[in-house]
Amino acid sequence: MFRRPAARGESTVTEAEPERIPEPAVSVVIEDPAIESKNLSVWYRRKQAIKDVSLRIPRRKTTAIIGPSGCGKSTYLRAINRMNDTILGCRTTGEMLVEKEDAYGPNVDPVLLRRKIGLIFQKPNPFPKSVFRNIAFGIQLHYRANSGELEGIVKSALEQANLWDEVKDRLDESALGLSGGQQQRLCIARALAIEPEFLLMDEPCSALDPVATAKIEDLMFELRKEVTIVIVTHNMQQAARVADYTAFMYLGRLVEFNRTRDLFEKPREELTENYITGRFG
Amino acid sequence: MRPKSLRVRKAKEAAYLAGFVLAVLAALAVLGVLLWSIVAQAWPQLRWSLLTNYPLTDSTRVSEAGYASAIVGTLWVVGLTLALSLPLGIGAGIYLEEYARQSRISRVLQAGVTNLAGVPSVVFGLLGLALFVRAFGLGKVVLAASLTLTILVFPYVVITTREAIRAVPQSIRDGSLALGATKWQTIRKQVLPAAAPGLLTGSIIAAARAMGETAPLIVLGSIPLMQFLPWGPDSLFVVMPVQIYAYFKTGPAWHGVAAAGMVILLLILFAVNGAAVVLRNRLQRQRW
Amino acid sequence: MSANARDAAERVRPGKILAALEPQWVWDRGEALIRFLLLLAAAFAVFATLAIVISLLSDAAVFFRRVSPLDFYTGTTWDPDIEEVFGVLPLLTGTLIIAGGAALIGLPLGLGSAVFLREYAPPRVREIVKPVLEILAGIPTIVFGFFAIFTISPILQDWFNADFLNGANAIIVIGIMIVPLVSSLSEDALTAVPVELRDGALALGATRYEAVSRVVVPAGLSGIVASFILAFSRAVGETMVVLLVAGQTTVIQLDIFRQMNTMAGFIAQRATGDLAVDDPSYLSLFAVGLTLFAITLGLNLLSDLFRARFREAYE
Repeated sequence: MFRRPAARGESTVTEAEPERIPEPAVSVVIEDPAIESKNLSVWYRRKQAIKDVSLRIPRRKTTAIIGPSGCGKSTYLRAINRMNDTILGCRTTGEMLVEKEDAYGPNVDPVLLRRKIGLIFQKPNPFPKSVFRNIAFGIQLHYRANSGELEGIVKSALEQANLWDEVKDRLDESALGLSGGQQQRLCIARALAIEPEFLLMDEPCSALDPVATAKIEDLMFELRKEVTIVIVTHNMQQAARVADYTAFMYLGRLVEFNRTRDLFEKPREELTENYITGRFG
Repeated sequence: MRPKSLRVRKAKEAAYLAGFVLAVLAALAVLGVLLWSIVAQAWPQLRWSLLTNYPLTDSTRVSEAGYASAIVGTLWVVGLTLALSLPLGIGAGIYLEEYARQSRISRVLQAGVTNLAGVPSVVFGLLGLALFVRAFGLGKVVLAASLTLTILVFPYVVITTREAIRAVPQSIRDGSLALGATKWQTIRKQVLPAAAPGLLTGSIIAAARAMGETAPLIVLGSIPLMQFLPWGPDSLFVVMPVQIYAYFKTGPAWHGVAAAGMVILLLILFAVNGAAVVLRNRLQRQRW
Repeated sequence: MSANARDAAERVRPGKILAALEPQWVWDRGEALIRFLLLLAAAFAVFATLAIVISLLSDAAVFFRRVSPLDFYTGTTWDPDIEEVFGVLPLLTGTLIIAGGAALIGLPLGLGSAVFLREYAPPRVREIVKPVLEILAGIPTIVFGFFAIFTISPILQDWFNADFLNGANAIIVIGIMIVPLVSSLSEDALTAVPVELRDGALALGATRYEAVSRVVVPAGLSGIVASFILAFSRAVGETMVVLLVAGQTTVIQLDIFRQMNTMAGFIAQRATGDLAVDDPSYLSLFAVGLTLFAITLGLNLLSDLFRARFREAYE
């Protein structure tokens, strides 16, 4: 149903662009990237949400994507694990290489792709099931596990997400009874339970208070040694705190990519500087 | 922990999807076969005199039997039902949506409406028989039938009215109220015109239901084989579905005539629904 | 916003000029009168329900003075004509078997098509299928009855050596008749489940079917159950199909390929408006009708309960 258009790599043909777009300012060269997009474009029907974005995301580091709302950062994130496939009228051109393999290639099954790539949503979305069942969900999708194995994995996933101590006595209670911050960490634990290689986070703290946000950020800090994290955020302080690298997007284009500190301290593009100094966005 | 085979998982999904598609196809197929079987049965009896001839029981004259009294009876019953149920139902919808959306009274009234919608139609027939025909002493007349059907279609009118009113943007009300219009003026001059397409749909649904109902009118005592045209609310009556049923009961020789009656009934229903769609689209185009 | 506007409407009165033209009390009175009339209209459903209960009860009470309720509800023979024995169990079991069988057919088909329409169908297919289901829902029940006689009964007679009139006819046709109802209500329930839940499952590597069957359907279960109960209640009350195709019986009949009867079917067979008022078989109509009304009312209230629980979760 969501067949990828055959015309790959012809993204520039469809729209005549009067504006002259400068090449993005990329100051660091990532060798052997975990994720690499080449001329990636995404359309929602006639509207182009991502325009020719080429970006290399380093392995086992945290990369932040920042930019004003509507700049396409969430769309880019969801292009990595093909969640955009679920949106009707959405099509993607160009390449999205995940560990060197095009996620949109003919032999790639989005189910397997997503199994390797965890996604944390803007609003915590625990299933209306018990805490235990939430964590066990992914495992039971992909494995036949007996109850002992299941319990072990659930416990270690919750521990990894710094949630075990708070919920160990209420594993059988509904996850909807947890606080917002706990719910979001539950969602992270749920993703971690199937040992993903990547963790995509779509403004994971935008619905949370500062304390809960700090806990999530601590968690990200612990996790970055093990998984490749890509976080979309509109909060520049957050990007500065958690990310090793930062990409700035504007109107569907990649404007600048650099080490986080360099990007914030000496942006090369005027647009970037205007944004991080709060002149718009 | 053994990994589950993706192929098995995919196969399972494919099998279920096939089941879902089959479910839909079954519904479509039934509609097709149903229409075809009715038309096939009716074919030899489809003639214009169906519309003008009176019912018969003489099986040597099957091809002269008709539905004249039933058609006029249906017009009377459905027309009177609409005349009674639309003001009532639309009024109730307005009250529940505009005046008492969250109050306790509204919850009780709303519960009344939903439960009325769930009462089996044949029970309305018993109500009509005991209350309108016998207790009120109306007899088996058009008015008794219309009163019964009014109760039957009332919930549908209320529900569609509420949906239509809910779809009107609040800004329209606020604009009118801000000009100093009273609540009722706002409803009459702004909300109802804006909700008109939805109200129209509600009336069509009501008409279609009233037209197709058989059981309550059989219970009530509709008179098949009527040799005259019903003349008004105080007239004895027969309606299309009851006449169809009566022909069917008369014997296998009459099945063709019964099926032909169903073709007429379905054509009227489709025409009414089609007209509603066209009208609604036209009304909607002029909105706001 | 709206509450403010409403308050404003109640506070704001026409100014001096208008007041001179039309005294304020006329406005107030008119508004109050209209409000009262609308309230009456809204209360119509409650009045009608009361009228049903009272009219059923009053005649049923006369009936139960002649036939003890115990005999009525435990008797296994229903013979209102010859022996004048009124044991409602043959009708009750017939009702439950036919409605239960219809549910076995209609509920999976309805839920299946709801899942298909909601989760899989491309917009163009939806645009065709949904109106067709609406047409199916709008076809008068008497037409379905004929369909059973002309099309289904001959097949059942050939394959299962069934009677010309039999319970299975009614089961199949009523099962099909409730498909549009189940489909549209279940689809509403599925639609109300937040899309984030489905996406959450997909993001964990679930197939679409796994996401639906393990997350979306369980999350919308109370809404789906509500639609199931409502459809079952509809099947319990279905009259014309039973009247046309199921037949009659005086004893408890468990074989669906033989003649069966239901409560609704009996009412329509017997009540032709010509019975004498004190005829026991006329009075028995109201006892049966009261029982039928009580059962469907119970089912509807149960369905409301589930729907309320569903609304609480998602609206």
